[in-house]
Amino acid sequence: MVLPLDEAVRTLIRDGDTVALEGFTHLIPVAAGHEIIRQGLRDLTLVRMTPDIVYDQLIGAGCARKLVFSWGGNPGVGSLHRFRDAVTHSWPVPLEVEEHSHAGMANRYVAGASGLPFAILRGYSGTDLVGSNPNISTVTCPFTGQEVAAVPAVNPDVTVVHAQRADHDGNVQLWGITGIQKEAALAAERVLVTVEEVVDTLEPVPGQVLLPGRVVDAVSVVPGGAAPSYAHGYYERDNSAYKEWDRIGRDREAFTSWLDELTATPGARPERSGETTPDPAGSTS
Amino acid sequence: MTTVTWTSDEIMTVTAARSLEDGMSCFVGIGLPSTAANVARRTHAPGLWMIYESGTLGTVPHHLPLSIGDGILTDTADTVVSVPEVFNYWLQAGRIDVGFLGAAQLDRYANINTTVIGDYEDPKVRLPGAGGAPEIAASCREVIVIMRHSSRAFVDRVDFVTSVGHGRGKGDRERLGLRGAGPTRVITDLGVLEPDPETSELVLTGVHPGVEVEQVVEATGWDLRIADDLVRTPAPTDGELSVVRSLTGAR
Repeated sequence: MVLPLDEAVRTLIRDGDTVALEGFTHLIPVAAGHEIIRQGLRDLTLVRMTPDIVYDQLIGAGCARKLVFSWGGNPGVGSLHRFRDAVTHSWPVPLEVEEHSHAGMANRYVAGASGLPFAILRGYSGTDLVGSNPNISTVTCPFTGQEVAAVPAVNPDVTVVHAQRADHDGNVQLWGITGIQKEAALAAERVLVTVEEVVDTLEPVPGQVLLPGRVVDAVSVVPGGAAPSYAHGYYERDNSAYKEWDRIGRDREAFTSWLDELTATPGARPERSGETTPDPAGSTS
Repeated sequence: MTTVTWTSDEIMTVTAARSLEDGMSCFVGIGLPSTAANVARRTHAPGLWMIYESGTLGTVPHHLPLSIGDGILTDTADTVVSVPEVFNYWLQAGRIDVGFLGAAQLDRYANINTTVIGDYEDPKVRLPGAGGAPEIAASCREVIVIMRHSSRAFVDRVDFVTSVGHGRGKGDRERLGLRGAGPTRVITDLGVLEPDPETSELVLTGVHPGVEVEQVVEATGWDLRIADDLVRTPAPTDGELSVVRSLTGAR
Protein backbone atom coordinates (compact mmCIF):
# COMPACT_ATOMS: atom_id res chain seq x y z
CA MET A 1 0.00 0.00 0.00
CA VAL A 2 2.69 2.52 1.00
CA LEU A 3 5.21 2.45 -1.84
CA PRO A 4 8.12 4.62 -2.93
CA LEU A 5 6.90 7.04 -5.58
CA ASP A 6 8.97 5.62 -8.41
CA GLU A 7 7.68 2.11 -7.69
CA ALA A 8 4.09 3.34 -7.40
CA VAL A 9 4.27 5.13 -10.74
CA ARG A 10 5.92 2.11 -12.39
CA THR A 11 3.32 -0.25 -10.96
CA LEU A 12 0.21 1.79 -11.70
CA ILE A 13 0.84 3.82 -14.86
CA ARG A 14 1.54 2.41 -18.30
CA ASP A 15 2.26 3.89 -21.70
CA GLY A 16 -0.98 4.82 -23.43
CA ASP A 17 -3.00 5.17 -20.22
CA THR A 18 -5.55 7.88 -19.55
CA VAL A 19 -4.19 9.64 -16.49
CA ALA A 20 -5.72 12.43 -14.42
CA LEU A 21 -3.42 14.32 -12.07
CA GLU A 22 -6.01 16.49 -10.38
CA GLY A 23 -5.86 19.48 -8.08
CA PHE A 24 -7.61 22.80 -8.37
CA THR A 25 -4.74 25.22 -7.68
CA HIS A 26 -4.23 23.48 -4.33
CA LEU A 27 -2.57 20.07 -3.69
CA ILE A 28 -1.36 19.58 -7.25
CA PRO A 29 0.55 16.28 -7.55
CA VAL A 30 3.66 17.86 -9.03
CA ALA A 31 6.21 15.33 -7.74
CA ALA A 32 4.20 12.47 -9.25
CA GLY A 33 4.10 14.34 -12.57
CA HIS A 34 7.85 14.70 -12.44
CA GLU A 35 8.25 10.98 -11.79
CA ILE A 36 6.12 10.27 -14.87
CA ILE A 37 8.52 12.44 -16.86
CA ARG A 38 11.56 10.68 -15.37
CA GLN A 39 10.19 7.28 -16.25
CA GLY A 40 9.65 8.44 -19.81
CA LEU A 41 6.03 7.37 -20.07
CA ARG A 42 4.56 7.95 -23.51
CA ASP A 43 1.27 8.35 -25.40
CA LEU A 44 -0.66 9.31 -22.29
CA THR A 45 -4.06 10.90 -22.52
CA LEU A 46 -3.77 13.50 -19.81
CA VAL A 47 -7.00 14.67 -18.20
CA ARG A 48 -7.35 17.66 -15.94
CA MET A 49 -9.70 20.58 -15.48
CA THR A 50 -6.90 23.08 -14.99
CA PRO A 51 -3.66 21.86 -16.57
CA ASP A 52 -1.00 24.19 -15.25
CA ILE A 53 2.76 24.10 -15.13
CA VAL A 54 3.22 20.40 -14.33
CA TYR A 55 1.09 19.56 -17.38
CA ASP A 56 3.13 22.05 -19.42
CA GLN A 57 6.18 20.07 -18.28
CA LEU A 58 4.63 16.68 -19.11
CA ILE A 59 3.59 17.98 -22.53
CA GLY A 60 6.98 19.55 -23.20
CA ALA A 61 8.67 16.30 -22.21
CA GLY A 62 6.64 14.45 -24.83
CA CYS A 63 4.65 12.26 -22.44
CA ALA A 64 1.21 13.16 -23.79
CA ARG A 65 -0.63 12.23 -26.94
CA LYS A 66 -3.84 13.98 -25.98
CA LEU A 67 -5.01 16.54 -23.45
CA VAL A 68 -8.58 16.60 -22.13
CA PHE A 69 -9.14 19.82 -20.21
CA SER A 70 -11.16 22.95 -19.56
CA TRP A 71 -8.59 25.68 -18.80
CA GLY A 72 -4.93 25.41 -19.66
CA GLY A 73 -2.88 28.25 -18.25
CA ASN A 74 -0.41 29.42 -15.67
CA PRO A 75 -2.81 30.70 -12.98
CA GLY A 76 -2.35 34.37 -12.30
CA VAL A 77 0.54 34.58 -14.76
CA GLY A 78 -0.53 33.79 -18.33
CA SER A 79 -0.29 31.07 -20.94
CA LEU A 80 1.42 27.68 -20.98
CA HIS A 81 4.04 27.93 -23.67
CA ARG A 82 4.95 24.22 -23.96
CA PHE A 83 1.23 23.52 -24.42
CA ARG A 84 1.02 26.27 -27.04
CA ASP A 85 4.09 24.97 -28.83
CA ALA A 86 2.67 21.45 -28.91
CA VAL A 87 -0.67 22.61 -30.28
CA THR A 88 0.64 25.08 -32.84
CA HIS A 89 3.97 23.43 -33.83
CA SER A 90 3.59 19.78 -32.72
CA TRP A 91 6.71 20.18 -30.55
CA PRO A 92 8.05 17.83 -29.32
CA VAL A 93 5.15 15.65 -30.53
CA PRO A 94 1.68 16.46 -31.82
CA LEU A 95 -0.93 17.01 -29.12
CA GLU A 96 -4.59 16.29 -29.69
CA VAL A 97 -6.90 18.41 -27.56
CA GLU A 98 -10.41 17.80 -26.31
CA GLU A 99 -11.75 20.79 -24.49
CA HIS A 100 -14.70 21.44 -22.27
CA SER A 101 -15.83 24.05 -19.80
CA HIS A 102 -15.16 23.60 -16.08
CA ALA A 103 -18.81 22.75 -15.49
CA GLY A 104 -18.64 20.13 -18.24
CA MET A 105 -15.46 18.51 -16.91
CA ALA A 106 -16.71 18.57 -13.33
CA ASN A 107 -19.86 16.74 -14.36
CA ARG A 108 -17.91 14.25 -16.48
CA TYR A 109 -16.01 13.26 -13.33
CA VAL A 110 -19.25 13.09 -11.31
CA ALA A 111 -20.71 10.70 -13.90
CA GLY A 112 -17.50 8.69 -13.88
CA ALA A 113 -17.54 8.40 -10.10
CA SER A 114 -21.25 7.52 -10.18
CA GLY A 115 -20.97 4.69 -12.66
CA LEU A 116 -23.13 6.56 -15.16
CA PRO A 117 -22.46 6.72 -18.90
CA PHE A 118 -22.93 10.46 -19.14
CA ALA A 119 -23.75 13.62 -17.25
CA ILE A 120 -26.17 16.45 -17.91
CA LEU A 121 -25.81 20.13 -17.24
CA ARG A 122 -27.04 23.50 -18.33
CA GLY A 123 -24.13 24.59 -20.42
CA TYR A 124 -22.34 25.01 -23.73
CA SER A 125 -25.46 26.25 -25.51
CA GLY A 126 -24.52 28.58 -28.35
CA THR A 127 -20.77 28.17 -27.95
CA ASP A 128 -18.34 26.95 -30.61
CA LEU A 129 -17.16 24.28 -28.16
CA VAL A 130 -20.22 22.33 -29.29
CA GLY A 131 -19.14 21.98 -32.90
CA SER A 132 -15.45 21.45 -32.17
CA ASN A 133 -15.84 18.64 -29.63
CA PRO A 134 -17.95 15.56 -30.49
CA ASN A 135 -18.08 14.76 -26.77
CA ILE A 136 -20.52 17.62 -26.20
CA SER A 137 -24.11 16.86 -27.12
CA THR A 138 -27.64 17.45 -25.88
CA VAL A 139 -30.39 15.32 -24.40
CA THR A 140 -34.07 16.02 -23.86
CA CYS A 141 -35.52 15.68 -20.38
CA PRO A 142 -38.17 12.91 -20.51
CA PHE A 143 -40.25 14.68 -17.86
CA THR A 144 -40.23 18.33 -18.91
CA GLY A 145 -39.03 18.28 -22.51
CA GLN A 146 -36.21 20.68 -21.67
CA GLU A 147 -33.04 20.26 -23.67
CA VAL A 148 -29.84 20.14 -21.64
CA ALA A 149 -26.20 19.53 -22.47
CA ALA A 150 -24.78 16.01 -22.20
CA VAL A 151 -21.16 14.97 -21.81
CA PRO A 152 -19.73 11.46 -21.45
CA ALA A 153 -18.37 10.18 -18.16
CA VAL A 154 -14.63 10.33 -17.77
CA ASN A 155 -13.05 7.23 -16.24
CA PRO A 156 -9.27 7.56 -16.06
CA ASP A 157 -7.13 4.43 -15.98
CA VAL A 158 -5.25 6.17 -13.19
CA THR A 159 -6.01 9.19 -11.06
CA VAL A 160 -3.18 10.77 -9.13
CA VAL A 161 -3.82 13.25 -6.32
CA HIS A 162 -1.79 14.78 -3.54
CA ALA A 163 -3.17 14.95 0.02
CA GLN A 164 -2.03 16.22 3.36
CA ARG A 165 -1.88 12.84 5.03
CA ALA A 166 -2.79 9.19 5.15
CA ASP A 167 -2.84 6.50 7.81
CA HIS A 168 -1.16 3.10 7.67
CA ASP A 169 -4.31 1.53 6.20
CA GLY A 170 -4.15 3.87 3.23
CA ASN A 171 -7.07 6.05 4.26
CA VAL A 172 -6.33 9.47 2.79
CA GLN A 173 -7.33 12.83 4.21
CA LEU A 174 -7.27 16.17 2.40
CA TRP A 175 -8.75 19.54 3.27
CA GLY A 176 -8.82 23.17 2.23
CA ILE A 177 -9.79 23.54 -1.42
CA THR A 178 -10.70 19.96 -2.25
CA GLY A 179 -11.58 20.65 -5.88
CA ILE A 180 -12.52 17.63 -7.93
CA GLN A 181 -10.22 15.12 -6.26
CA LYS A 182 -12.90 12.91 -4.69
CA GLU A 183 -14.75 12.52 -7.98
CA ALA A 184 -11.52 12.03 -9.96
CA ALA A 185 -10.37 9.30 -7.59
CA LEU A 186 -13.72 7.48 -7.54
CA ALA A 187 -13.97 7.66 -11.32
CA ALA A 188 -10.63 5.93 -11.84
CA GLU A 189 -9.61 2.32 -12.25
CA ARG A 190 -6.45 2.83 -10.17
CA VAL A 191 -5.59 5.57 -7.66
CA LEU A 192 -2.18 6.83 -6.60
CA VAL A 193 -1.99 9.33 -3.76
CA THR A 194 1.11 11.22 -2.69
CA VAL A 195 0.94 12.60 0.85
CA GLU A 196 2.87 14.96 3.05
CA GLU A 197 3.00 12.40 5.83
CA VAL A 198 1.63 9.10 7.14
CA VAL A 199 0.20 9.29 10.66
CA ASP A 200 -1.09 6.72 13.12
CA THR A 201 -4.52 8.31 13.47
CA LEU A 202 -6.32 10.72 11.15
CA GLU A 203 -7.82 13.41 13.36
CA PRO A 204 -10.93 14.88 11.68
CA VAL A 205 -10.52 18.32 10.09
CA PRO A 206 -13.46 20.60 9.14
CA GLY A 207 -14.28 20.42 5.46
CA GLN A 208 -12.15 17.35 4.89
CA VAL A 209 -12.42 14.81 2.13
CA LEU A 210 -11.57 11.28 3.22
CA LEU A 211 -10.74 8.70 0.58
CA PRO A 212 -11.15 5.27 2.17
CA GLY A 213 -8.14 3.03 1.73
CA ARG A 214 -10.20 0.53 -0.23
CA VAL A 215 -10.28 2.90 -3.22
CA VAL A 216 -6.59 3.81 -2.99
CA ASP A 217 -4.07 1.51 -4.70
CA ALA A 218 -0.87 3.16 -3.53
CA VAL A 219 0.20 5.87 -1.13
CA SER A 220 3.62 7.46 -1.52
CA VAL A 221 5.08 9.73 1.12
CA VAL A 222 6.41 12.79 -0.68
CA PRO A 223 6.77 15.80 1.63
CA GLY A 224 6.53 18.93 -0.48
CA GLY A 225 5.08 16.85 -3.31
CA ALA A 226 2.60 19.56 -4.30
CA ALA A 227 5.15 22.37 -4.55
CA PRO A 228 5.17 24.93 -6.10
CA SER A 229 1.43 24.68 -5.46
CA TYR A 230 0.57 24.44 -1.81
CA ALA A 231 -0.64 22.06 0.86
CA HIS A 232 -3.01 23.78 3.24
CA GLY A 233 -1.58 23.66 6.75
CA TYR A 234 1.86 22.54 5.50
CA TYR A 235 3.31 25.11 3.09
CA GLU A 236 2.31 28.08 0.97
CA ARG A 237 2.02 28.47 -2.76
CA ASP A 238 5.34 29.58 -4.27
CA ASN A 239 4.00 32.29 -6.54
CA SER A 240 7.49 33.20 -7.71
CA ALA A 241 7.95 29.70 -9.17
CA TYR A 242 4.84 30.16 -11.30
CA LYS A 243 6.19 33.48 -12.56
CA GLU A 244 9.60 31.92 -13.18
CA TRP A 245 8.02 29.10 -15.19
CA ASP A 246 6.83 31.67 -17.70
CA ARG A 247 10.46 32.41 -18.61
CA ILE A 248 11.48 28.75 -18.80
CA GLY A 249 8.38 27.56 -20.59
CA ARG A 250 8.60 30.20 -23.29
CA ASP A 251 11.90 28.96 -24.62
CA ARG A 252 12.65 25.47 -25.97
CA GLU A 253 16.29 25.65 -24.91
CA ALA A 254 15.53 26.86 -21.40
CA PHE A 255 12.91 24.14 -21.12
CA THR A 256 15.26 21.45 -22.39
CA SER A 257 17.86 22.47 -19.79
CA TRP A 258 15.18 22.31 -17.13
CA LEU A 259 14.16 18.85 -18.35
CA ASP A 260 17.74 17.56 -18.41
CA GLU A 261 18.17 18.73 -14.85
CA LEU A 262 14.95 17.04 -13.72
CA THR A 263 15.74 13.70 -15.32
CA ALA A 264 19.27 13.78 -13.91
CA THR A 265 18.09 14.20 -10.32
CA PRO A 266 17.94 11.24 -7.93
CA GLY A 267 14.68 9.37 -7.86
CA ALA A 268 14.92 8.46 -11.52
CA ARG A 269 15.41 4.76 -12.19
CA PRO A 270 18.24 4.55 -14.72
CA GLU A 271 17.10 1.22 -16.16
CA ARG A 272 13.99 2.85 -17.44
CA SER A 273 14.62 6.56 -17.78
CA GLY A 274 18.04 5.93 -19.29
CA GLU A 275 16.43 4.23 -22.27
CA THR A 276 13.46 6.42 -22.78
CA THR A 277 14.19 9.85 -21.35
CA PRO A 278 12.92 12.24 -23.97
CA ASP A 279 15.38 14.36 -25.82
CA PRO A 280 13.29 17.16 -27.28
CA ALA A 281 16.49 19.03 -28.09
CA GLY A 282 17.10 16.44 -30.77
CA SER A 283 13.92 17.37 -32.56
CA THR A 284 14.44 21.11 -32.37
CA SER A 285 14.42 22.52 -35.83
CA MET B 1 -9.27 69.90 -18.95
CA THR B 2 -9.05 66.78 -16.83
CA THR B 3 -5.83 65.94 -15.08
CA VAL B 4 -5.50 62.19 -15.11
CA THR B 5 -3.93 61.00 -11.88
CA TRP B 6 -4.68 57.33 -12.35
CA THR B 7 -3.59 54.44 -14.55
CA SER B 8 -5.84 52.72 -17.08
CA ASP B 9 -6.03 49.67 -14.80
CA GLU B 10 -7.16 51.91 -11.95
CA ILE B 11 -10.00 53.58 -13.84
CA MET B 12 -11.17 50.16 -15.08
CA THR B 13 -11.03 48.76 -11.58
CA VAL B 14 -12.88 51.67 -10.00
CA THR B 15 -15.55 51.72 -12.72
CA ALA B 16 -16.08 47.99 -12.31
CA ALA B 17 -16.21 48.25 -8.52
CA ARG B 18 -18.94 50.88 -8.79
CA SER B 19 -21.03 48.46 -10.86
CA LEU B 20 -21.36 46.15 -7.86
CA GLU B 21 -24.08 46.69 -5.30
CA ASP B 22 -23.93 45.90 -1.62
CA GLY B 23 -25.31 42.46 -0.84
CA MET B 24 -24.82 41.05 -4.33
CA SER B 25 -23.31 37.64 -4.88
CA CYS B 26 -20.40 37.91 -7.26
CA PHE B 27 -18.45 35.25 -9.15
CA VAL B 28 -14.91 36.60 -9.23
CA GLY B 29 -12.03 35.82 -11.56
CA ILE B 30 -8.38 36.64 -11.05
CA GLY B 31 -6.87 39.94 -12.17
CA LEU B 32 -8.87 43.14 -12.48
CA PRO B 33 -12.20 41.49 -11.54
CA SER B 34 -10.72 40.32 -8.25
CA THR B 35 -9.26 43.75 -7.54
CA ALA B 36 -12.56 45.44 -8.44
CA ALA B 37 -14.66 43.18 -6.24
CA ASN B 38 -12.32 43.68 -3.32
CA VAL B 39 -12.37 47.47 -3.84
CA ALA B 40 -16.17 47.42 -3.84
CA ARG B 41 -16.19 45.40 -0.63
CA ARG B 42 -13.87 47.93 1.02
CA THR B 43 -15.88 50.96 -0.13
CA HIS B 44 -19.60 51.04 -0.88
CA ALA B 45 -20.43 47.32 -0.82
CA PRO B 46 -19.17 45.76 2.44
CA GLY B 47 -21.75 42.98 2.11
CA LEU B 48 -20.59 41.82 -1.34
CA TRP B 49 -20.57 38.01 -1.29
CA MET B 50 -17.59 36.86 -3.30
CA ILE B 51 -17.25 33.41 -4.81
CA TYR B 52 -14.09 32.16 -6.45
CA GLU B 53 -14.49 29.15 -8.71
CA SER B 54 -12.16 27.05 -6.59
CA GLY B 55 -15.16 26.66 -4.27
CA THR B 56 -14.56 29.39 -1.72
CA LEU B 57 -17.93 30.98 -0.89
CA GLY B 58 -18.22 34.30 0.91
CA THR B 59 -14.49 34.82 1.09
CA VAL B 60 -13.02 38.08 2.48
CA PRO B 61 -9.29 38.00 1.69
CA HIS B 62 -7.19 40.69 3.35
CA HIS B 63 -4.84 40.79 0.38
CA LEU B 64 -5.31 39.98 -3.28
CA PRO B 65 -4.77 36.34 -4.27
CA LEU B 66 -2.56 35.54 -7.29
CA SER B 67 -4.70 32.55 -8.23
CA ILE B 68 -8.34 31.59 -7.77
CA GLY B 69 -7.30 28.95 -5.26
CA ASP B 70 -4.88 30.70 -2.94
CA GLY B 71 -4.94 29.67 0.71
CA ILE B 72 -6.04 33.14 1.80
CA LEU B 73 -9.41 32.52 0.10
CA THR B 74 -9.98 29.33 2.08
CA ASP B 75 -8.97 30.80 5.42
CA THR B 76 -11.49 33.64 5.18
CA ALA B 77 -14.43 31.90 3.44
CA ASP B 78 -17.85 31.20 4.93
CA THR B 79 -17.43 27.71 3.51
CA VAL B 80 -15.38 25.87 0.94
CA VAL B 81 -17.27 23.54 -1.41
CA SER B 82 -16.17 21.08 -4.09
CA VAL B 83 -15.89 22.09 -7.71
CA PRO B 84 -19.03 20.22 -8.84
CA GLU B 85 -20.94 21.94 -6.04
CA VAL B 86 -19.84 25.46 -6.97
CA PHE B 87 -20.77 24.94 -10.61
CA ASN B 88 -23.93 22.87 -10.13
CA TYR B 89 -25.53 24.09 -6.90
CA TRP B 90 -24.45 27.71 -7.03
CA LEU B 91 -23.82 28.85 -10.59
CA GLN B 92 -26.11 26.54 -12.60
CA ALA B 93 -28.94 26.89 -10.09
CA GLY B 94 -29.01 30.64 -10.67
CA ARG B 95 -27.78 31.79 -7.26
CA ILE B 96 -25.15 34.26 -8.52
CA ASP B 97 -26.06 37.87 -9.27
CA VAL B 98 -23.08 39.00 -11.23
CA GLY B 99 -20.13 37.39 -12.96
CA PHE B 100 -16.99 39.12 -14.10
CA LEU B 101 -15.29 37.95 -17.27
CA GLY B 102 -12.31 38.96 -19.33
CA ALA B 103 -11.72 38.15 -22.99
CA ALA B 104 -8.98 37.98 -25.59
CA GLN B 105 -11.57 38.96 -28.21
CA LEU B 106 -15.03 40.43 -27.84
CA ASP B 107 -17.45 41.14 -30.65
CA ARG B 108 -20.22 43.65 -31.30
CA TYR B 109 -22.73 41.38 -29.57
CA ALA B 110 -20.43 40.83 -26.60
CA ASN B 111 -19.60 37.24 -27.47
CA ILE B 112 -16.37 36.20 -25.79
CA ASN B 113 -13.34 34.35 -27.14
CA THR B 114 -10.73 32.92 -24.79
CA THR B 115 -9.92 29.82 -26.86
CA VAL B 116 -7.92 30.55 -30.03
CA ILE B 117 -6.94 33.41 -32.31
CA GLY B 118 -7.32 32.20 -35.87
CA ASP B 119 -8.70 28.88 -37.04
CA TYR B 120 -9.51 26.36 -34.30
CA GLU B 121 -7.77 23.46 -36.07
CA ASP B 122 -4.70 25.54 -36.94
CA PRO B 123 -4.61 28.42 -34.50
CA LYS B 124 -2.33 31.43 -34.70
CA VAL B 125 -2.44 31.72 -30.92
CA ARG B 126 -3.63 29.06 -28.52
CA LEU B 127 -5.29 30.68 -25.48
CA PRO B 128 -6.09 29.01 -22.11
CA GLY B 129 -9.65 28.06 -23.10
CA ALA B 130 -13.07 28.15 -21.50
CA GLY B 131 -12.62 27.54 -17.78
CA GLY B 132 -15.76 28.55 -15.96
CA ALA B 133 -16.69 31.27 -18.43
CA PRO B 134 -19.34 29.61 -20.65
CA GLU B 135 -21.58 28.80 -17.71
CA ILE B 136 -20.81 32.07 -15.91
CA ALA B 137 -21.94 33.87 -19.07
CA ALA B 138 -25.02 31.63 -19.27
CA SER B 139 -26.22 31.51 -15.69
CA CYS B 140 -25.22 34.60 -13.70
CA ARG B 141 -28.06 37.10 -13.56
CA GLU B 142 -25.76 39.52 -15.35
CA VAL B 143 -22.20 39.64 -16.59
CA ILE B 144 -19.66 42.44 -16.55
CA VAL B 145 -16.78 42.16 -19.01
CA ILE B 146 -13.50 43.89 -18.24
CA MET B 147 -10.85 44.20 -20.94
CA ARG B 148 -8.51 46.62 -22.64
CA HIS B 149 -9.75 48.41 -25.72
CA SER B 150 -8.00 47.73 -29.03
CA SER B 151 -9.22 47.11 -32.56
CA ARG B 152 -7.55 43.67 -32.42
CA ALA B 153 -9.54 42.69 -29.36
CA PHE B 154 -12.84 44.45 -30.19
CA VAL B 155 -13.77 42.68 -33.41
CA ASP B 156 -16.85 42.41 -35.57
CA ARG B 157 -16.99 38.64 -35.03
CA VAL B 158 -14.89 36.62 -32.63
CA ASP B 159 -12.77 33.81 -34.10
CA PHE B 160 -14.33 31.37 -31.60
CA VAL B 161 -17.38 31.77 -29.38
CA THR B 162 -16.12 30.44 -26.06
CA SER B 163 -18.90 32.12 -24.08
CA VAL B 164 -22.12 33.52 -25.44
CA GLY B 165 -22.88 37.20 -25.01
CA HIS B 166 -25.88 38.18 -27.09
CA GLY B 167 -25.38 35.72 -29.98
CA ARG B 168 -26.20 37.51 -33.21
CA GLY B 169 -28.62 39.92 -31.62
CA LYS B 170 -31.77 40.46 -29.62
CA GLY B 171 -33.63 37.31 -28.65
CA ASP B 172 -30.75 34.89 -29.24
CA ARG B 173 -30.14 34.28 -25.55
CA GLU B 174 -33.75 33.25 -25.02
CA ARG B 175 -33.61 31.00 -28.08
CA LEU B 176 -30.47 29.33 -26.72
CA GLY B 177 -32.08 28.77 -23.33
CA LEU B 178 -29.59 31.02 -21.49
CA ARG B 179 -31.26 32.23 -18.36
CA GLY B 180 -29.13 35.18 -17.26
CA ALA B 181 -29.20 38.59 -18.90
CA GLY B 182 -25.70 38.14 -20.32
CA PRO B 183 -23.17 40.97 -20.56
CA THR B 184 -24.81 44.18 -19.38
CA ARG B 185 -21.62 46.28 -19.28
CA VAL B 186 -18.23 46.14 -20.91
CA ILE B 187 -15.68 48.20 -19.03
CA THR B 188 -12.48 49.13 -20.83
CA ASP B 189 -9.56 51.46 -20.28
CA LEU B 190 -11.34 54.02 -22.49
CA GLY B 191 -14.98 53.82 -21.48
CA VAL B 192 -18.10 51.74 -21.04
CA LEU B 193 -20.12 49.84 -23.66
CA GLU B 194 -23.62 48.50 -23.08
CA PRO B 195 -25.99 46.47 -25.23
CA ASP B 196 -28.63 48.46 -27.07
CA PRO B 197 -32.02 47.50 -25.57
CA GLU B 198 -33.52 47.02 -29.07
CA THR B 199 -30.72 45.16 -30.87
CA SER B 200 -28.30 43.97 -28.14
CA GLU B 201 -25.43 45.48 -30.15
CA LEU B 202 -22.80 47.07 -27.93
CA VAL B 203 -22.90 50.87 -28.03
CA LEU B 204 -20.65 53.37 -26.32
CA THR B 205 -22.49 54.74 -23.30
CA GLY B 206 -19.61 56.24 -21.32
CA VAL B 207 -16.11 57.59 -21.79
CA HIS B 208 -13.53 57.95 -19.07
CA PRO B 209 -12.17 61.38 -18.08
CA GLY B 210 -9.51 62.57 -20.51
CA VAL B 211 -10.67 60.17 -23.27
CA GLU B 212 -12.14 61.44 -26.58
CA VAL B 213 -14.96 59.55 -28.27
CA GLU B 214 -12.88 59.38 -31.44
CA GLN B 215 -10.21 57.38 -29.60
CA VAL B 216 -12.77 54.77 -28.61
CA VAL B 217 -14.16 54.54 -32.14
CA GLU B 218 -10.65 54.04 -33.53
CA ALA B 219 -9.90 51.33 -30.98
CA THR B 220 -13.04 49.37 -31.92
CA GLY B 221 -12.98 46.93 -34.82
CA TRP B 222 -16.57 47.56 -35.87
CA ASP B 223 -18.51 50.70 -36.69
CA LEU B 224 -19.16 51.64 -33.06
CA ARG B 225 -22.40 53.49 -32.35
CA ILE B 226 -22.46 56.23 -29.74
CA ALA B 227 -25.38 56.43 -27.29
CA ASP B 228 -27.45 59.63 -27.43
CA ASP B 229 -27.09 59.99 -23.68
CA LEU B 230 -23.34 59.35 -23.56
CA VAL B 231 -21.94 60.11 -20.13
CA ARG B 232 -18.49 60.86 -18.86
CA THR B 233 -17.28 58.48 -16.14
CA PRO B 234 -16.92 60.38 -12.86
CA ALA B 235 -13.25 60.60 -11.99
CA PRO B 236 -12.02 58.12 -9.38
CA THR B 237 -12.03 59.71 -5.94
CA ASP B 238 -8.91 59.92 -3.83
CA GLY B 239 -10.56 57.46 -1.46
CA GLU B 240 -11.21 54.93 -4.23
CA LEU B 241 -7.70 55.27 -5.59
CA SER B 242 -6.12 54.80 -2.20
CA VAL B 243 -8.09 51.57 -1.69
CA VAL B 244 -7.07 50.29 -5.12
CA ARG B 245 -3.43 51.14 -4.44
CA SER B 246 -3.46 49.59 -0.99
CA LEU B 247 -4.57 46.33 -2.64
CA THR B 248 -2.29 46.35 -5.66
CA GLY B 249 0.73 47.72 -3.84
CA ALA B 250 1.01 50.67 -6.26
CA ARG B 251 1.73 54.16 -4.98
